Amino acid sequence: MQWDIVIGLEIHVQLATRTKIFSGSSTAYGAEPNTQANAVDLAMPGTLPVPNEQAFRYAVMFGLAVNAEIERRSVFERKNYFYPDLPKGYQTTQLERPIVGPGYVDIDLANGKSKRVRIHHAHLEEDAGKSLHDSFYDELGHGMTGIDLNRAGTPLIEVVTEPDMTNAEEAVAFAKKLHGIVTSLGICDGDMSQGSMRFDVNISLKPKGSETLGTRTETKNLNSFRFMEQAIAHEVERQMDILEDGGTIVQETRLYNGDRDESRSMRTKEEANDYRYFPCPDLLPVEIDDAFIDEARNSLPELPDARKARFMEQYSLNDYDAGLLAGDSRLAAFFEAAAERGKDAKLAANWVQGEFSARLNAEEKSVDDSPISGAQLGDLVVRIADNTISSAGAKKVFEALWAGENDNVDAIIDAKGLKQVSDTGELEKMVDEVLASMPDQVAQYQQESDPKKQKKMLGGLMGPLMKASKGQGNPKLFNEILVRKLGG
Amino acid sequence: MTISREDIEKVAVLARIRVDDEQVSALEKDLGNILDLVDQLSAADTDSVEPMAHPLNAVQRLRADEVTETDQREAFQAIAPATENGLYLVPRVIE
Repeated sequence: MQWDIVIGLEIHVQLATRTKIFSGSSTAYGAEPNTQANAVDLAMPGTLPVPNEQAFRYAVMFGLAVNAEIERRSVFERKNYFYPDLPKGYQTTQLERPIVGPGYVDIDLANGKSKRVRIHHAHLEEDAGKSLHDSFYDELGHGMTGIDLNRAGTPLIEVVTEPDMTNAEEAVAFAKKLHGIVTSLGICDGDMSQGSMRFDVNISLKPKGSETLGTRTETKNLNSFRFMEQAIAHEVERQMDILEDGGTIVQETRLYNGDRDESRSMRTKEEANDYRYFPCPDLLPVEIDDAFIDEARNSLPELPDARKARFMEQYSLNDYDAGLLAGDSRLAAFFEAAAERGKDAKLAANWVQGEFSARLNAEEKSVDDSPISGAQLGDLVVRIADNTISSAGAKKVFEALWAGENDNVDAIIDAKGLKQVSDTGELEKMVDEVLASMPDQVAQYQQESDPKKQKKMLGGLMGPLMKASKGQGNPKLFNEILVRKLGG
Repeated sequence: MTISREDIEKVAVLARIRVDDEQVSALEKDLGNILDLVDQLSAADTDSVEPMAHPLNAVQRLRADEVTETDQREAFQAIAPATENGLYLVPRVIE
Protein backbone atom coordinates (compact mmCIF):
# COMPACT_ATOMS: atom_id res chain seq x y z
CA MET A 1 0.00 0.00 0.00
CA GLN A 2 1.13 3.54 -0.73
CA TRP A 3 1.10 6.01 2.13
CA ASP A 4 1.10 9.79 2.46
CA ILE A 5 3.26 11.09 5.29
CA VAL A 6 1.94 14.06 7.26
CA ILE A 7 4.37 16.02 9.44
CA GLY A 8 3.84 18.98 11.72
CA LEU A 9 6.46 20.55 13.98
CA GLU A 10 6.51 22.21 17.36
CA ILE A 11 9.66 24.17 18.00
CA HIS A 12 10.80 25.58 21.32
CA VAL A 13 13.00 28.63 20.84
CA GLN A 14 14.86 29.95 23.88
CA LEU A 15 14.84 33.73 23.77
CA ALA A 16 18.15 35.53 24.23
CA THR A 17 16.86 37.89 26.91
CA ARG A 18 19.14 38.83 29.79
CA THR A 19 16.55 37.83 32.38
CA LYS A 20 13.75 35.34 32.84
CA ILE A 21 10.26 35.78 31.52
CA PHE A 22 8.67 36.45 34.92
CA SER A 23 11.58 37.43 37.17
CA GLY A 24 14.77 39.50 37.17
CA SER A 25 17.01 36.42 37.47
CA SER A 26 19.83 36.14 34.97
CA THR A 27 19.51 33.60 32.14
CA ALA A 28 23.27 33.37 31.46
CA TYR A 29 24.23 29.85 30.46
CA GLY A 30 26.63 27.74 32.48
CA ALA A 31 26.20 29.23 35.98
CA GLU A 32 26.61 27.09 39.11
CA PRO A 33 23.39 25.11 39.77
CA ASN A 34 20.54 27.09 41.33
CA THR A 35 22.51 30.33 41.66
CA GLN A 36 20.11 31.90 39.14
CA ALA A 37 16.94 30.45 40.66
CA ASN A 38 15.29 32.94 42.94
CA ALA A 39 12.05 33.29 44.89
CA VAL A 40 9.78 33.68 41.85
CA ASP A 41 11.52 30.88 39.93
CA LEU A 42 11.28 28.59 42.95
CA ALA A 43 7.56 29.36 43.37
CA MET A 44 7.99 30.61 46.91
CA PRO A 45 4.66 31.55 48.53
CA GLY A 46 3.73 35.20 48.16
CA THR A 47 5.75 35.86 45.02
CA LEU A 48 4.19 37.28 41.88
CA PRO A 49 5.40 37.12 38.29
CA VAL A 50 6.11 40.31 36.33
CA PRO A 51 6.54 39.71 32.57
CA ASN A 52 9.70 40.75 30.73
CA GLU A 53 9.00 43.37 28.06
CA GLN A 54 11.91 42.18 25.93
CA ALA A 55 10.37 38.71 25.62
CA PHE A 56 7.29 40.34 24.09
CA ARG A 57 9.42 42.46 21.77
CA TYR A 58 11.26 39.34 20.57
CA ALA A 59 8.00 37.43 20.10
CA VAL A 60 6.59 40.33 18.05
CA MET A 61 9.77 40.48 15.93
CA PHE A 62 9.42 36.76 15.30
CA GLY A 63 5.77 37.16 14.34
CA LEU A 64 6.60 39.93 11.87
CA ALA A 65 9.42 37.85 10.37
CA VAL A 66 7.08 34.93 9.64
CA ASN A 67 4.36 37.12 8.14
CA ALA A 68 2.05 36.52 11.07
CA GLU A 69 -0.72 38.46 12.72
CA ILE A 70 0.26 39.94 16.08
CA GLU A 71 -2.32 39.63 18.85
CA ARG A 72 -2.80 43.07 20.46
CA ARG A 73 -4.10 41.43 23.63
CA SER A 74 -2.58 38.17 24.83
CA VAL A 75 -3.34 36.12 27.90
CA PHE A 76 -1.30 33.71 30.02
CA GLU A 77 -2.74 30.40 31.16
CA ARG A 78 -1.63 27.73 33.57
CA LYS A 79 -0.86 24.28 32.22
CA ASN A 80 -1.02 22.01 35.25
CA TYR A 81 1.19 18.98 35.73
CA PHE A 82 3.54 17.64 38.36
CA TYR A 83 7.22 17.27 37.75
CA PRO A 84 10.07 18.14 40.13
CA ASP A 85 11.74 20.54 37.69
CA LEU A 86 8.51 22.60 37.60
CA PRO A 87 8.27 24.06 41.12
CA LYS A 88 4.92 25.80 40.66
CA GLY A 89 3.12 22.63 39.59
CA TYR A 90 2.11 24.40 36.39
CA GLN A 91 3.78 25.97 33.40
CA THR A 92 2.76 29.52 32.63
CA THR A 93 2.02 29.51 28.92
CA GLN A 94 -0.50 30.82 26.39
CA LEU A 95 -3.33 28.83 24.86
CA GLU A 96 -6.44 30.78 23.84
CA ARG A 97 -4.78 34.10 23.03
CA PRO A 98 -1.18 33.54 21.90
CA ILE A 99 0.93 36.56 21.01
CA VAL A 100 1.64 35.40 17.42
CA GLY A 101 -1.25 34.30 15.20
CA PRO A 102 -1.22 32.46 11.85
CA GLY A 103 1.76 33.08 9.54
CA TYR A 104 3.97 31.23 7.08
CA VAL A 105 7.52 30.49 5.99
CA ASP A 106 8.64 29.57 2.46
CA ILE A 107 11.26 26.84 2.25
CA ASP A 108 13.61 25.94 -0.62
CA LEU A 109 13.83 22.28 -1.62
CA ALA A 110 16.63 20.36 -3.31
CA ASN A 111 14.62 20.05 -6.55
CA GLY A 112 14.76 23.83 -6.90
CA LYS A 113 11.11 24.28 -5.93
CA SER A 114 9.88 26.32 -3.03
CA LYS A 115 7.10 25.36 -0.64
CA ARG A 116 4.99 27.31 1.83
CA VAL A 117 4.68 25.94 5.36
CA ARG A 118 1.94 27.55 7.41
CA ILE A 119 2.46 28.48 11.03
CA HIS A 120 -0.60 27.87 13.19
CA HIS A 121 0.56 30.20 15.97
CA ALA A 122 3.48 30.92 18.30
CA HIS A 123 3.13 31.55 22.00
CA LEU A 124 5.25 32.74 24.89
CA GLU A 125 5.93 30.45 27.82
CA GLU A 126 8.49 29.57 30.45
CA ASP A 127 11.05 26.80 30.31
CA ALA A 128 11.32 24.21 33.09
CA GLY A 129 14.43 23.38 35.15
CA LYS A 130 16.72 20.44 34.54
CA SER A 131 16.65 17.02 36.19
CA LEU A 132 19.97 15.27 36.66
CA HIS A 133 19.61 11.54 37.08
CA ASP A 134 23.13 11.02 38.41
CA SER A 135 24.01 8.90 41.37
CA PHE A 136 22.50 10.75 44.30
CA TYR A 137 21.25 8.80 47.31
CA ASP A 138 19.53 9.63 50.58
CA GLU A 139 20.84 8.28 53.90
CA LEU A 140 18.84 5.06 53.38
CA GLY A 141 20.40 4.49 50.00
CA HIS A 142 17.30 5.39 47.97
CA GLY A 143 18.06 6.92 44.61
CA MET A 144 17.52 10.67 44.33
CA THR A 145 17.25 13.04 41.39
CA GLY A 146 19.14 16.35 41.41
CA ILE A 147 17.24 19.46 40.31
CA ASP A 148 18.85 22.56 38.83
CA LEU A 149 16.33 25.39 38.44
CA ASN A 150 18.60 27.90 36.70
CA ARG A 151 16.72 27.25 33.46
CA ALA A 152 13.29 27.46 35.11
CA GLY A 153 11.56 30.56 33.82
CA THR A 154 13.78 31.11 30.78
CA PRO A 155 11.53 32.64 28.12
CA LEU A 156 10.56 30.45 25.19
CA ILE A 157 8.44 30.90 22.15
CA GLU A 158 6.82 27.70 21.02
CA VAL A 159 6.18 27.73 17.30
CA VAL A 160 3.46 25.35 16.08
CA THR A 161 3.20 24.61 12.36
CA GLU A 162 0.30 23.26 10.37
CA PRO A 163 0.81 19.63 9.25
CA ASP A 164 2.12 20.88 5.90
CA MET A 165 5.28 18.82 5.52
CA THR A 166 5.31 15.47 3.73
CA ASN A 167 8.83 14.13 4.27
CA ALA A 168 11.98 14.52 6.33
CA GLU A 169 13.61 16.80 3.75
CA GLU A 170 10.82 19.37 4.05
CA ALA A 171 10.78 19.17 7.83
CA VAL A 172 14.54 19.68 8.06
CA ALA A 173 14.44 22.49 5.49
CA PHE A 174 11.78 24.22 7.59
CA ALA A 175 13.75 23.69 10.79
CA LYS A 176 16.89 25.15 9.22
CA LYS A 177 14.96 28.09 7.81
CA LEU A 178 13.47 28.83 11.22
CA HIS A 179 16.93 28.56 12.77
CA GLY A 180 18.19 31.08 10.22
CA ILE A 181 15.31 33.45 10.98
CA VAL A 182 15.64 33.46 14.78
CA THR A 183 19.43 33.77 14.69
CA SER A 184 19.24 36.56 12.09
CA LEU A 185 16.73 38.35 14.29
CA GLY A 186 19.13 37.89 17.20
CA ILE A 187 16.30 36.66 19.42
CA CYS A 188 17.92 33.24 19.98
CA ASP A 189 21.55 32.13 19.98
CA GLY A 190 20.57 29.05 17.95
CA ASP A 191 22.93 26.78 19.86
CA MET A 192 21.09 23.49 19.51
CA SER A 193 23.64 21.44 21.44
CA GLN A 194 22.75 23.50 24.51
CA GLY A 195 19.03 23.21 23.93
CA SER A 196 18.44 26.72 22.60
CA MET A 197 16.19 25.23 19.93
CA ARG A 198 14.34 21.95 20.46
CA PHE A 199 12.10 20.23 17.97
CA ASP A 200 9.05 18.02 18.52
CA VAL A 201 7.86 16.16 15.42
CA ASN A 202 4.24 15.08 14.92
CA ILE A 203 3.90 12.31 12.36
CA SER A 204 0.96 10.39 10.94
CA LEU A 205 0.38 8.26 7.87
CA LYS A 206 -2.70 7.98 5.69
CA PRO A 207 -3.49 5.90 2.60
CA LYS A 208 -2.27 7.76 -0.47
CA GLY A 209 -4.76 10.40 -1.53
CA SER A 210 -6.99 9.94 1.51
CA GLU A 211 -8.52 13.06 3.04
CA THR A 212 -8.69 11.71 6.58
CA LEU A 213 -5.64 12.16 8.78
CA GLY A 214 -4.29 9.11 10.57
CA THR A 215 -3.48 8.89 14.27
CA ARG A 216 -0.32 10.84 15.05
CA THR A 217 2.57 10.34 17.40
CA GLU A 218 4.82 13.03 18.79
CA THR A 219 8.58 12.50 18.98
CA LYS A 220 10.02 14.96 21.45
CA ASN A 221 13.10 17.04 22.08
CA LEU A 222 15.19 16.46 18.97
CA ASN A 223 18.18 18.75 19.30
CA SER A 224 19.96 18.40 15.97
CA PHE A 225 18.90 18.49 12.33
CA ARG A 226 20.49 15.09 11.76
CA PHE A 227 18.60 13.43 14.63
CA MET A 228 15.42 15.04 13.38
CA GLU A 229 15.88 13.53 9.94
CA GLN A 230 16.70 10.11 11.42
CA ALA A 231 13.83 10.22 13.90
CA ILE A 232 11.34 10.97 11.11
CA ALA A 233 12.64 8.10 8.95
CA HIS A 234 12.51 5.81 11.97
CA GLU A 235 8.98 6.76 13.00
CA VAL A 236 7.58 6.59 9.46
CA GLU A 237 8.96 3.08 9.11
CA ARG A 238 7.62 2.03 12.52
CA GLN A 239 4.11 3.26 11.71
CA MET A 240 4.18 1.74 8.24
CA ASP A 241 5.12 -1.66 9.66
CA ILE A 242 2.25 -1.53 12.16
CA LEU A 243 -0.32 -0.37 9.62
CA GLU A 244 0.70 -2.88 6.98
CA ASP A 245 0.39 -5.67 9.54
CA GLY A 246 -3.20 -4.53 10.10
CA GLY A 247 -2.46 -2.82 13.42
CA THR A 248 -3.46 0.60 14.67
CA ILE A 249 -1.30 3.52 15.78
CA VAL A 250 -1.60 4.59 19.41
CA GLN A 251 -1.55 8.33 19.96
CA GLU A 252 1.47 8.80 22.19
CA THR A 253 4.61 10.73 22.94
CA ARG A 254 7.83 9.00 22.00
CA LEU A 255 11.47 9.60 22.82
CA TYR A 256 14.09 9.10 20.13
CA ASN A 257 17.62 8.01 20.99
CA GLY A 258 19.83 9.30 18.19
CA ASP A 259 22.92 7.40 19.21
CA ARG A 260 21.13 4.06 18.91
CA ASP A 261 18.51 5.03 16.30
CA GLU A 262 15.76 3.71 18.57
CA SER A 263 12.58 5.17 19.97
CA ARG A 264 10.35 4.24 22.87
CA SER A 265 6.99 5.29 24.19
CA MET A 266 7.11 7.98 26.86
CA ARG A 267 3.43 8.31 27.66
CA THR A 268 0.16 7.59 25.94
CA LYS A 269 -2.50 10.21 25.50
CA GLU A 270 -5.19 8.69 27.69
CA GLU A 271 -2.93 8.42 30.75
CA ALA A 272 -2.08 12.02 31.22
CA ASN A 273 -2.18 15.27 29.25
CA ASP A 274 -5.20 16.49 31.16
CA TYR A 275 -3.54 19.80 31.80
CA ARG A 276 -6.63 21.64 33.08
CA TYR A 277 -5.64 24.92 31.48
CA PHE A 278 -7.14 28.06 32.95
CA PRO A 279 -6.24 31.76 32.75
CA CYS A 280 -3.46 32.60 35.20
CA PRO A 281 -4.96 34.75 37.96
CA ASP A 282 -1.49 36.15 38.79
CA LEU A 283 -1.15 37.83 35.41
CA LEU A 284 -3.35 40.41 33.74
CA PRO A 285 -3.87 40.37 29.99
CA VAL A 286 -0.95 41.97 28.16
CA GLU A 287 -1.81 44.67 25.67
CA ILE A 288 0.51 45.71 22.90
CA ASP A 289 -0.06 48.87 20.93
CA ASP A 290 0.79 49.84 17.36
CA ALA A 291 3.76 51.91 18.49
CA PHE A 292 5.31 48.83 20.11
CA ILE A 293 4.76 46.78 16.96
CA ASP A 294 6.09 49.54 14.69
CA GLU A 295 9.18 49.86 16.84
CA ALA A 296 9.76 46.12 16.57
CA ARG A 297 9.19 46.27 12.81
CA ASN A 298 11.72 49.07 12.45
CA SER A 299 14.29 47.11 14.38
CA LEU A 300 14.05 44.04 12.12
CA PRO A 301 17.43 43.21 10.59
CA GLU A 302 17.91 41.69 7.15
CA LEU A 303 16.25 38.25 7.07
CA PRO A 304 17.41 35.16 5.16
CA ASP A 305 15.03 35.60 2.19
CA ALA A 306 16.05 39.22 1.61
CA ARG A 307 19.70 38.36 2.12
CA LYS A 308 19.48 35.54 -0.41
CA ALA A 309 18.02 37.90 -3.01
CA ARG A 310 20.77 40.43 -2.29
CA PHE A 311 23.51 37.78 -2.59
CA MET A 312 22.18 36.73 -5.99
CA GLU A 313 22.11 40.35 -7.12
CA GLN A 314 25.24 41.74 -5.48
CA TYR A 315 27.58 38.75 -5.82
CA SER A 316 25.98 37.04 -8.85
CA LEU A 317 25.59 33.82 -6.88
CA ASN A 318 23.19 31.16 -8.10
CA ASP A 319 20.00 30.33 -6.23
CA TYR A 320 21.48 27.33 -4.43
CA ASP A 321 24.70 28.98 -3.24
CA ALA A 322 22.89 32.17 -2.23
CA GLY A 323 20.29 30.19 -0.26
CA LEU A 324 22.89 28.19 1.65
CA LEU A 325 25.07 31.16 2.52
CA ALA A 326 22.21 33.52 3.38
CA GLY A 327 20.43 31.05 5.65
CA ASP A 328 22.68 31.50 8.65
CA SER A 329 23.46 35.08 9.61
CA ARG A 330 26.93 34.28 10.95
CA LEU A 331 27.93 32.22 7.94
CA ALA A 332 26.57 35.01 5.73
CA ALA A 333 28.68 37.64 7.51
CA PHE A 334 31.74 35.41 7.22
CA PHE A 335 31.14 34.95 3.50
CA GLU A 336 30.66 38.67 2.94
CA ALA A 337 33.93 39.47 4.71
CA ALA A 338 35.71 36.86 2.54
CA ALA A 339 34.05 38.04 -0.68
CA GLU A 340 34.80 41.70 -0.07
CA ARG A 341 38.45 41.09 0.75
CA GLY A 342 38.87 38.37 -1.87
CA LYS A 343 37.21 40.33 -4.71
CA ASP A 344 35.99 37.03 -6.19
CA ALA A 345 32.60 36.19 -4.68
CA LYS A 346 32.12 32.89 -6.49
CA LEU A 347 35.50 31.60 -5.36
CA ALA A 348 34.86 32.87 -1.83
CA ALA A 349 31.46 31.14 -1.84
CA ASN A 350 33.07 27.85 -2.91
CA TRP A 351 35.62 28.02 -0.14
CA VAL A 352 33.11 28.98 2.54
CA GLN A 353 30.77 26.15 1.58
CA GLY A 354 33.53 23.67 0.83
CA GLU A 355 36.69 23.55 2.90
CA PHE A 356 35.50 25.97 5.60
CA SER A 357 32.10 24.38 6.29
CA ALA A 358 33.57 20.88 6.12
CA ARG A 359 36.12 21.79 8.77
CA LEU A 360 33.48 23.35 11.02
CA ASN A 361 31.34 20.22 10.74
CA ALA A 362 34.25 17.86 11.28
CA GLU A 363 35.22 19.67 14.47
CA GLU A 364 31.61 20.42 15.49
CA LYS A 365 32.39 24.10 15.67
CA SER A 366 30.13 27.04 14.93
CA VAL A 367 31.22 29.97 12.75
CA ASP A 368 31.83 31.95 15.94
CA ASP A 369 34.43 29.44 17.12
CA SER A 370 36.29 29.43 13.79
CA PRO A 371 40.03 30.00 14.22
CA ILE A 372 40.11 31.92 10.95
CA SER A 373 38.30 35.09 9.96
CA GLY A 374 36.39 35.87 6.80
CA ALA A 375 39.01 38.47 5.90
CA GLN A 376 41.79 35.85 6.16
CA LEU A 377 39.89 33.53 3.87
CA GLY A 378 39.47 36.55 1.57
CA ASP A 379 43.27 37.02 1.49
CA LEU A 380 43.59 33.37 0.50
CA VAL A 381 41.01 33.84 -2.25
CA VAL A 382 43.04 36.75 -3.63
CA ARG A 383 46.11 34.52 -3.96
CA ILE A 384 44.15 31.74 -5.64
CA ALA A 385 42.49 34.15 -8.05
CA ASP A 386 45.76 35.83 -9.06
CA ASN A 387 47.41 32.41 -9.59
CA THR A 388 50.01 32.89 -6.88
CA ILE A 389 49.07 29.49 -5.49
CA SER A 390 47.42 26.38 -6.89
CA SER A 391 44.31 24.90 -5.29
CA ALA A 392 46.48 22.22 -3.71
CA GLY A 393 48.72 24.94 -2.30
CA ALA A 394 45.66 26.87 -1.12
CA LYS A 395 44.57 23.88 0.94
CA LYS A 396 47.94 23.87 2.67
CA VAL A 397 47.61 27.57 3.45
CA PHE A 398 44.11 26.96 4.78
CA GLU A 399 45.39 24.21 7.06
CA ALA A 400 48.13 26.48 8.38
CA LEU A 401 45.63 29.28 9.04
CA TRP A 402 43.26 26.89 10.77
CA ALA A 403 46.04 25.45 12.93
CA GLY A 404 47.06 28.98 13.87
CA GLU A 405 50.62 28.54 12.56
CA ASN A 406 50.52 32.06 11.23
CA ASP A 407 47.71 34.54 10.60
CA ASN A 408 49.12 36.07 7.44
CA VAL A 409 48.38 34.33 4.15
CA ASP A 410 51.38 35.74 2.24
CA ALA A 411 53.74 34.87 5.08
CA ILE A 412 52.48 31.26 5.02
CA ILE A 413 52.90 31.06 1.25
CA ASP A 414 56.50 32.28 1.55
CA ALA A 415 57.35 30.11 4.54
CA LYS A 416 56.03 26.97 2.91
CA GLY A 417 57.37 27.81 -0.56
CA LEU A 418 53.91 27.45 -2.09
CA LYS A 419 54.23 30.21 -4.65
CA GLN A 420 53.56 28.53 -7.96
CA VAL A 421 55.70 29.12 -11.00
CA SER A 422 53.67 30.88 -13.67
CA ASP A 423 56.58 32.02 -15.82
CA THR A 424 55.67 30.34 -19.13
CA GLY A 425 59.28 30.25 -20.35
CA GLU A 426 60.35 28.32 -17.29
CA LEU A 427 57.34 26.02 -17.48
CA GLU A 428 57.87 25.31 -21.19
CA LYS A 429 61.39 24.24 -20.46
CA MET A 430 60.15 21.74 -17.90
CA VAL A 431 57.49 20.42 -20.26
CA ASP A 432 60.10 19.92 -22.99
CA GLU A 433 62.34 17.99 -20.63
CA VAL A 434 59.56 15.74 -19.34
CA LEU A 435 58.20 15.04 -22.83
CA ALA A 436 61.72 14.19 -24.06
CA SER A 437 62.03 11.66 -21.25
CA MET A 438 58.69 9.99 -22.05
CA PRO A 439 58.64 9.36 -25.81
CA ASP A 440 56.32 6.32 -25.56
CA GLN A 441 53.56 8.26 -23.81
CA VAL A 442 53.90 11.09 -26.31
CA ALA A 443 53.51 8.69 -29.24
CA GLN A 444 50.49 7.03 -27.62
CA TYR A 445 48.83 10.39 -27.06
CA GLN A 446 49.35 11.44 -30.64
CA GLN A 447 47.88 8.20 -32.01
CA GLU A 448 44.79 8.39 -29.76
CA SER A 449 41.67 9.80 -31.42
CA ASP A 450 39.30 9.75 -28.43
CA PRO A 451 39.57 13.18 -26.71
CA LYS A 452 38.43 11.65 -23.41
CA LYS A 453 41.29 9.20 -23.38
CA GLN A 454 43.68 11.94 -24.42
CA LYS A 455 42.59 13.98 -21.47
CA LYS A 456 43.30 11.07 -19.18
CA MET A 457 46.78 10.70 -20.67
CA LEU A 458 47.47 14.37 -19.98
CA GLY A 459 46.68 13.65 -16.36
CA GLY A 460 49.38 10.98 -16.41
CA LEU A 461 51.92 13.55 -17.56
CA MET A 462 51.03 16.03 -14.84
CA GLY A 463 52.59 13.94 -12.08
CA PRO A 464 56.12 14.05 -13.52
CA LEU A 465 55.68 17.76 -14.32
CA MET A 466 54.64 18.64 -10.79
CA LYS A 467 57.58 16.62 -9.56
CA ALA A 468 59.97 18.43 -11.90
CA SER A 469 58.65 21.78 -10.64
CA LYS A 470 58.82 20.62 -7.02
CA GLY A 471 55.06 21.00 -6.85
CA GLN A 472 55.23 24.68 -7.72
CA GLY A 473 54.33 24.70 -11.40
CA ASN A 474 51.00 26.30 -12.24
CA PRO A 475 48.92 23.25 -13.22
CA LYS A 476 46.61 25.25 -15.46
CA LEU A 477 49.52 26.66 -17.48
CA PHE A 478 51.22 23.26 -17.61
CA ASN A 479 48.05 21.85 -19.09
CA GLU A 480 47.80 24.57 -21.72
CA ILE A 481 51.44 24.15 -22.73
CA LEU A 482 51.09 20.37 -22.89
CA VAL A 483 48.05 20.48 -25.14
CA ARG A 484 49.79 22.95 -27.43
CA LYS A 485 53.02 20.98 -27.68
CA LEU A 486 51.40 17.55 -28.06
CA GLY A 487 48.66 18.73 -30.36
CA GLY A 488 51.18 20.09 -32.87
CA MET B 1 -25.22 19.71 37.58
CA THR B 2 -23.73 16.80 39.44
CA ILE B 3 -20.26 15.41 39.62
CA SER B 4 -19.57 11.69 39.37
CA ARG B 5 -17.38 9.56 41.59
CA GLU B 6 -15.17 8.92 38.58
CA ASP B 7 -14.66 12.65 38.06
CA ILE B 8 -13.67 13.12 41.68
CA GLU B 9 -11.29 10.19 41.61
CA LYS B 10 -9.70 11.45 38.40
CA VAL B 11 -9.27 15.00 39.67
CA ALA B 12 -7.78 13.64 42.90
CA VAL B 13 -5.20 11.66 40.92
CA LEU B 14 -4.34 14.68 38.78
CA ALA B 15 -3.98 16.87 41.88
CA ARG B 16 -1.99 14.17 43.70
CA ILE B 17 -4.45 14.17 46.62
CA ARG B 18 -5.28 10.86 48.29
CA VAL B 19 -9.04 10.55 48.79
CA ASP B 20 -10.61 7.49 50.41
CA ASP B 21 -14.06 6.06 49.57
CA GLU B 22 -15.91 7.79 52.39
CA GLN B 23 -14.44 11.14 51.42
CA VAL B 24 -15.47 10.60 47.82
CA SER B 25 -19.13 10.31 48.87
CA ALA B 26 -18.88 13.49 50.94
CA LEU B 27 -17.08 15.32 48.16
CA GLU B 28 -19.64 14.16 45.64
CA LYS B 29 -22.26 16.01 47.66
CA ASP B 30 -20.18 19.09 48.54
CA LEU B 31 -18.69 19.65 45.11
CA GLY B 32 -22.09 18.94 43.53
CA ASN B 33 -23.60 21.74 45.63
CA ILE B 34 -20.84 24.16 44.65
CA LEU B 35 -21.20 23.30 40.98
CA ASP B 36 -24.97 23.71 41.18
CA LEU B 37 -24.48 27.13 42.70
CA VAL B 38 -22.04 28.16 39.98
CA ASP B 39 -24.35 26.64 37.40
CA GLN B 40 -26.96 29.30 38.14
CA LEU B 41 -24.73 31.68 36.18
CA SER B 42 -25.67 29.79 33.04
CA ALA B 43 -29.08 31.43 33.24
CA ALA B 44 -27.51 34.80 32.34
CA ASP B 45 -27.47 35.69 28.64
CA THR B 46 -23.79 36.14 27.77
CA ASP B 47 -24.03 36.01 23.98
CA SER B 48 -22.72 39.54 23.55
CA VAL B 49 -20.21 39.40 26.41
CA GLU B 50 -16.58 38.74 25.68
CA PRO B 51 -15.10 36.19 28.13
CA MET B 52 -12.82 37.80 30.69
CA ALA B 53 -9.34 36.46 31.30
CA HIS B 54 -9.12 38.22 34.64
CA PRO B 55 -11.64 39.70 37.09
CA LEU B 56 -9.76 43.01 37.17
CA ASN B 57 -10.34 45.26 34.22
CA ALA B 58 -6.71 46.26 33.95
CA VAL B 59 -3.70 45.63 31.77
CA GLN B 60 -0.46 43.93 32.78
CA ARG B 61 2.57 46.07 33.53
CA LEU B 62 5.78 44.80 31.93
CA ARG B 63 9.29 44.81 33.34
CA ALA B 64 12.53 46.04 31.71
CA ASP B 65 14.97 43.24 30.84
CA GLU B 66 17.48 43.97 33.61
CA VAL B 67 18.95 41.58 36.14
CA THR B 68 17.60 42.55 39.55
CA GLU B 69 18.01 39.28 41.44
CA THR B 70 21.16 38.21 43.23
CA ASP B 71 22.30 34.71 44.13
CA GLN B 72 20.49 33.61 47.30
CA ARG B 73 21.02 29.90 46.88
CA GLU B 74 22.36 29.44 50.38
CA ALA B 75 19.29 30.98 51.99
CA PHE B 76 16.88 28.94 49.85
CA GLN B 77 18.74 25.68 50.28
CA ALA B 78 18.89 26.12 54.05
CA ILE B 79 15.18 25.24 54.16
CA ALA B 80 15.29 22.48 51.51
CA PRO B 81 14.93 18.89 52.78
CA ALA B 82 17.93 17.66 50.77
CA THR B 83 20.62 19.26 48.62
CA GLU B 84 23.93 18.17 47.15
CA ASN B 85 26.47 20.02 45.01
CA GLY B 86 24.07 22.95 44.81
CA LEU B 87 21.23 20.76 43.49
CA TYR B 88 17.88 20.22 45.17
CA LEU B 89 17.38 16.49 45.70
CA VAL B 90 14.03 14.81 45.22
CA PRO B 91 13.03 11.12 45.24
CA ARG B 92 14.32 9.63 42.01
CA VAL B 93 12.16 10.35 39.00
CA ILE B 94 11.82 7.41 36.68
CA GLU B 95 10.63 8.03 33.14
